[in-house]
Order: sequence, then structure tokens, then C-alpha cells
Amino acid sequence: MAAFEEGETLEPIVVGPLTRSDFVRYAGASGDFNPIHHDDEFARAAGNPSVFGHGMLTAGLLARVVTREVGRENLRRYTVRFATRVWPGDTVTCQGRITRRYDEGGETRVDGELVAVNQKGETAVSGSFTAAVPR
Amino acid sequence: MAEIDRSVIGQWGPPATMVVELGKVREFARAVQDDAADYAGGQPLAPPTFLMTIAHWIGDLGATRTGIKLDYRRLLHGEQEFEYVAPIRVGDVLTFRSRTKDVFEKQGKRGGSMLFVVGETEFRDQQGAVVAYMRNVAIETQGAVAG
Repeated sequence: MAAFEEGETLEPIVVGPLTRSDFVRYAGASGDFNPIHHDDEFARAAGNPSVFGHGMLTAGLLARVVTREVGRENLRRYTVRFATRVWPGDTVTCQGRITRRYDEGGETRVDGELVAVNQKGETAVSGSFTAAVPR
Repeated sequence: MAEIDRSVIGQWGPPATMVVELGKVREFARAVQDDAADYAGGQPLAPPTFLMTIAHWIGDLGATRTGIKLDYRRLLHGEQEFEYVAPIRVGDVLTFRSRTKDVFEKQGKRGGSMLFVVGETEFRDQQGAVVAYMRNVAIETQGAVAG
């Protein structure tokens, strides 16, 4: 488990290669059935080489970097920004780092940065979080 | 082009209900490939991004924001934020309502303006206490902003 010190790097999580089945599974789970994520013909007509993954799928994978260290109940805030798209066959590496440790709301909290990068090192999703340090 | 009725900014839409179901939580945890103990057992917690499943309960995130008409062909999902006030568990019956919190314009780096629309959804539990906020920033591109 992490020591939750400023500057500490969290253990990365590697996911992939991602498949169309992963995208379809997320579509069903989330209810986001935009055909651009499961219908190749539709995606190509919109100018894409193929379907691509939901940004929020990558965001869901990325959140695990924090929650497996602090536990779900200790996550206070999670923010993500979407950059490069994730294509079938891509492998994403989810990374995190603690940037600040402080006391607030009667508990010790940490802030941190998160990033999910593809196999070329391009950022797919970047994010940040606030979590309570587990007692 | 967006059509914006500025008088609706900040106004909450009508409330609706969302039940946090066991099968749905399991399905969602599996979709984000998370086998943590937090999501096992009979009354697991909802995963961090589970509130996205609100789509099953309203069909369209924009339905309560009819005063802001956006051009979906030019719309990017820029940012998504979750603020967790209290734990959400299977069995909870959440009441949610949404609003457009802010609308503002910025000049893009490559010329052309970009319209930022900040939406917010508030979730309350069966006791009426706020348990979470979900915020999103949608960006409508205008002119030469293509990447």
C-alpha cells in the first residue's frame, strides 16, 4: 500500500489490448450507446478509421489507480479530461502521483494527478483526485 | 451553432429517481475491469464513475437543460468531475436534478471561438442528504478548431 507522501508515485495498472467487446461491455453497463463506439460503419462515416472507446471507459480504468490504494469510500473527488482516443488494440497504462498532503474536513487528505497513456506514450485521459488517507 | 437562453443558467431541472441496483453495480465494475472487494458482497459500494449510469434513468443527459440547444456535431466532451460527499451503496434510491451551471466563450489557440457549457447534477439519498455531484464540461467548437 502507498505511504501517501507528497511526490509518491502510485503503482501503475496496465489494461489491454482493449477490444470491441470491452467497448460494448461498457456501453451496456453505462447506457452510453453512441454508435461511434460499437458500429464501425457509423464510425467510418463520421471520419474515423474504426470505432473507438468511450472516454469514460478509460476514466473508469484510471480511477482504479487511486481506489485500490485508498479504498472506494475514501475517494472525495475525481476529475478527468479527454485527450487522444483509444482504439481497438490499444493498451493503456494508468499512472498516478501524489502532489499534496494536508488536513481538511477532520481528516488527512491527499491530492494527486492521474494519466492514462497509450502504447505510443500519448495521453488518452488525464485527471486529478482528492482522497482521504485510510486510517 | 448553439442557441442559448441565458435565463435558464443556474436553474435546476425537475428531479428524477435512480435506484442503485446490485446487478448494475456488478456489471459496471466488470466493464471497468475492477475486481476490488468494494464491489463484491451483497451491498457493495458504487464504483467512482458509476453515476454515469444515470443514462439508464433519464435517457439523455441534456433532457433537463432544454434552454441550451447545442450543435452535437461540433460538441466535445471536455471534462467530467465527480464530487463524493457520502458513500453510495446498492439499495440506495437517489433523487437527482440537473442544471446548466455556466456558459462561457474562449478563443481557441488556432482561431475560432469555443463555447464552454458547464453542467451539474446533484444526487440526494433516500434521507434527502446530498451524496454526490457530477459535473461535466462540454465544448462546442466553432470555426477552424479541428485538431
